Amino acid sequence: MNLRRFILIAVPYLWLVALFLVPFLIVVKISFSSAAISMPPYTPTFSLTQGWAGIENFFSQLSVDNFVFLTQDDLYWKAYLSSLQIAAISTVLTLIVAYPMAYGMARAPDEWRPTLLMLVILPFWTSFLIRVYSWMGIISDQGLLNQFLMWLGIIAEPLHIMNTSKAVYLGIVYTYLPFMILPIYAALEKMDDSLGEAAVDLGASRLSSFWLVTVPMSRPGVIAGCFLVFIPAIGEYVIPQLLGGSNTLMIGKVLWTEFFSNADWPLASSVAVVLLLILIIPIMLFQRNQQKNEEAGR
Amino acid sequence: MAQAKPKIVFDPWNDPKAKPLIECRGITKRFGDFTAIDNIDLNIYEREFFALLGPSGCGKTTLMRMLAGFEAPSEGAITIDGQNVADVPPNKRAVNMMFQSYALFPHLSVWENIAFGLKRERASKERIEERVSEMLRLTRLEKFARRKPHQISGGQRQRVALARSLAKAPKLLLLDEPLGALDKKLRQDTQFELMDIQERTGTTFVIVTHDQEEAMTVASRVAVMNNGVIMQVATPADIYEQPNSVYVADFIGDVNILEGNASPGPDGPENAVQIHYAEGEPPVRAVANAPIAQGSRVSYAIRPEKISVGFEPDPDRANHAQGRVIDIAYLGNVSTYRVELPGGKVISATMTNARRLERRAFTWEDEVWLSWTQTAGIVLES
Repeated sequence: MNLRRFILIAVPYLWLVALFLVPFLIVVKISFSSAAISMPPYTPTFSLTQGWAGIENFFSQLSVDNFVFLTQDDLYWKAYLSSLQIAAISTVLTLIVAYPMAYGMARAPDEWRPTLLMLVILPFWTSFLIRVYSWMGIISDQGLLNQFLMWLGIIAEPLHIMNTSKAVYLGIVYTYLPFMILPIYAALEKMDDSLGEAAVDLGASRLSSFWLVTVPMSRPGVIAGCFLVFIPAIGEYVIPQLLGGSNTLMIGKVLWTEFFSNADWPLASSVAVVLLLILIIPIMLFQRNQQKNEEAGR
Repeated sequence: MAQAKPKIVFDPWNDPKAKPLIECRGITKRFGDFTAIDNIDLNIYEREFFALLGPSGCGKTTLMRMLAGFEAPSEGAITIDGQNVADVPPNKRAVNMMFQSYALFPHLSVWENIAFGLKRERASKERIEERVSEMLRLTRLEKFARRKPHQISGGQRQRVALARSLAKAPKLLLLDEPLGALDKKLRQDTQFELMDIQERTGTTFVIVTHDQEEAMTVASRVAVMNNGVIMQVATPADIYEQPNSVYVADFIGDVNILEGNASPGPDGPENAVQIHYAEGEPPVRAVANAPIAQGSRVSYAIRPEKISVGFEPDPDRANHAQGRVIDIAYLGNVSTYRVELPGGKVISATMTNARRLERRAFTWEDEVWLSWTQTAGIVLES
């Protein structure tokens, strides 16, 4: 019995160790190395052939130079800051678009819900790249949107959306929308209808009933959705690359340049490690806070 | 506090001068083609504990939701305290509801749940503080004020729901199957608690339930509903002893129904009738509430506990029938005997188990006599 339980727990842990922890440690290790013209393009490399002396030699060659360099060139912190800003704004925009959709789905008649859910998931059936490329066709200066608006006579000159941050916001909101809708929908759908009626019965208006009961009830869904959008949006590379042009500074693009154009693996790794720290620390603080709140309620 | 109270009979429904708190006039509610409520007239008086009783789907919950304001009647008018409430939304009615699921706000503490309604009417802080403490005391929840609903038991949750709906001191409190989620023992205790709270607060309660025992225990009057129609409104005792239809007689408690042709007389009190319910059996002698025409088809309803079982016919009782015991249900305090008459008709009779089991007189296959008096049963015209 115990063995079965152990195996059951061990499988996901092994999976995480092999596919997350080990690669992460390798990246951390590379971030402490220096670039070199060799294969692989950094030094030192770890080998056990020289015994204990080799290991000591290996550790003595590791340095924090890459991290120091990140603080010296303002490109990096500007890229981090700009990524955080773009991710934060996109998350708020996604929330604004997703909440009414999730609310509508949760309030829809029972027989409609599977269809609506399907429609939300449907875009995933097409390749992500193709969907982002299609947006280029829609929002470029000669794109569908501009042609349509000019045909209607609303605008005389085409709107410049392509290669601006607006296009990046649009791309992120569009791409990550289902990740926001689904957790909010799950939270709202579980909600007992009589809660809203109880609030109205006790004298609340429809609006204050929504604000005092529905919104707090959907809070876990909103938080989960925001994390699901915010975290991948920070490191987003494809959307700013394709839609944002050269004007949009995001850390994902910096990472790409360091890795592939400069072939500076150690610097690219340190960029990635810092990004991870930037993300993990607020999440951990938040979770500890949540736990405290829960314990205080007991 | 053993002070001698003058005995006051509470029966405003018998007082033609009494003004009902709630008047329903010709209420009909349709959902598409389905008629949930069909032309109901109903008066409910102040301080009443009124029960809407019926099987699921009989329209009792719809009627309650119309009183709360969540549904609008398709036809007819509801007046609460002299005011037609057709255009009054639920949040503006002096009516509060205790929901079947309790609908406690899970993110708020017990205290905040109870204070919710008071905060909405922008009561002062002191007033809220005072009123919530009063409600906590009334429902014995002082110790749990800071807990969240998921941290207390089902019975405590039920009391929070009650406290929350009473906090605004509504004129009318609606209770939708308030005890449905509790186990039997707790339910019985809570019934008395509900009655006690109703008496102490003087609030008019309307309870919806499908449990006839619950309705009989708590209510001052019971309305028995079926298919969107009110079959009878009366006190629990009258519902039980004077049902106006076979449906009501059958829905409330156990009953034997004998069908037959009536013939008036031959002697005895006014409206005495004989009911010929089976070939070869002497007719049942009964007393009807109104004159019955010769030969009309009637149902005769008699409760099992009104029939006595003996080896000899009881000479003091007017009606006798001989039969064979085919089943005995021993329930501890009482036993119910199912006796088959020669014609195949089975009659239930309940006897109190005044003696210990081993000295019990009757057993299976015994030939016994059933006896009951002339006034024990009810004659219902079909």
